[in-house]
Amino acid sequence: MFGFIFRPRKTKSAQTAKDRLQILLAHERGSGPAPDFLPELQREILEVIRRHMKIDKDAVEIKMDRGDEWSSLEINIEFPNKEKDDSDKEADKDEGEDKAKA
Amino acid sequence: MTSNLTQKPKVQGKIIVITSGKGGVGKTTSAAAISAGLAQRGHKTVVIDFDVGLRNLDMIMGCERRVVFDFINVIQGDARLKQALIKDKRLENLFILPTSQTRDKDALTKEGVEKVLNELRDEFEYIVCDSPAGIERGAQMAMYFADEAVVVTNPEVSSVRDSDRVLGLLSSKTARAERPGAEPIKAQVLLTRYDVQRIARGEMMTVDDVLEILAVPLLGIVPESPAVLRASNEGVPVTMDEPSAASAAYMDAVARLTGEEVEMRLASDKRPGLFQRLFGRTG
Ligand SMILES: Nc1ncnc2c1ncn2[C@@H]1O[C@H](COP(=O)(O)OP(=O)(O)OP(=O)(O)O)[C@@H](O)[C@H]1O
Ligand SMILES: [Mg+2]
Repeated sequence: MFGFIFRPRKTKSAQTAKDRLQILLAHERGSGPAPDFLPELQREILEVIRRHMKIDKDAVEIKMDRGDEWSSLEINIEFPNKEKDDSDKEADKDEGEDKAKA
Repeated sequence: MTSNLTQKPKVQGKIIVITSGKGGVGKTTSAAAISAGLAQRGHKTVVIDFDVGLRNLDMIMGCERRVVFDFINVIQGDARLKQALIKDKRLENLFILPTSQTRDKDALTKEGVEKVLNELRDEFEYIVCDSPAGIERGAQMAMYFADEAVVVTNPEVSSVRDSDRVLGLLSSKTARAERPGAEPIKAQVLLTRYDVQRIARGEMMTVDDVLEILAVPLLGIVPESPAVLRASNEGVPVTMDEPSAASAAYMDAVARLTGEEVEMRLASDKRPGLFQRLFGRTG
């Protein structure tokens, strides 16, 4: 009776723990502990973009979301519209998917 | 003291180190709970993982899938601070600065740490530093620039002994200790994993026993509570999870940290726990 009441709850948080670890460890085991290439990737992106337009060195924003079957890498580049007034600043958004298997 | 009650002055952020000497006593749990608790009370807060090489704060905070850059990347100039800060998805005021998994504690240079902390001081009201265990470089860097210290202690001999060592370091090997005329670090003890039953049976030291030995003020008493493991399973700081004896204790400690006077009390999990198990829980 008590087991019946308590067990589903317990397995719930323990299962969440297991799921979270499996996703994380799949990434850590696969491509080394941390994505160390990201600082370099950022430098290179900045370099390429700068060949074509003037952007600030703070302008590149990289976001990562590691998923079970897919992860996403979101790269945002912000730049001012030099022609217009600075009243409306626009952001260029570029999304890419980085495949990773669990 | 010239205080103006109607106006909230823009003060520099306060650096609070969560330290202990001994490992596994509840530093990371406390750093997560306290930083979330401060943010829940409306204070803009950042929590930093100083445990270089053994990143874990990200898991306890539930943001492990979103780490891109880390504290060490920022120290070494490979990323900007704002790129490495992870904004909590649940609390507007809460940010996490994760640590590196690939580097070691030597990457924590005093100059680098100071630069990052100074930048954070301008942005945040509270900067909570989760120290690694031990008294080596990592722990020393975590405490060096602190304004206040929370010394996490369990009611058992080795933990109390290590806390005593750490209190010694706080009053000798820190910026405030070295700067002539500076106020010393305000250190308080947070007793965690407090097991009322074992204490009643005389198997564990009481609050009074511990305080008598360490002779510093008490910030709070966090009981041994199953809510802590559950919250860590889910990646939720215990103060943001459903109410429990541990969350109540941490919220009291947070109130005291912000200068409120809150009577010491020891909540129990038993009754609300059972009640919630049967009726209260959603999701
Ligand atoms: N009040 C509590 N009740 C029950 N379990 C607790 C409590 N506080 C901490 N724990 C458990 O103790 C263990 C160690 O906690 P934590 O990781 O916070 O310690 P730590 O001091 O950061 O460890 P380390 O020295 O390795 O960094 C964890 O399994 C945690 O769930
Ligand atoms: Mg820890």
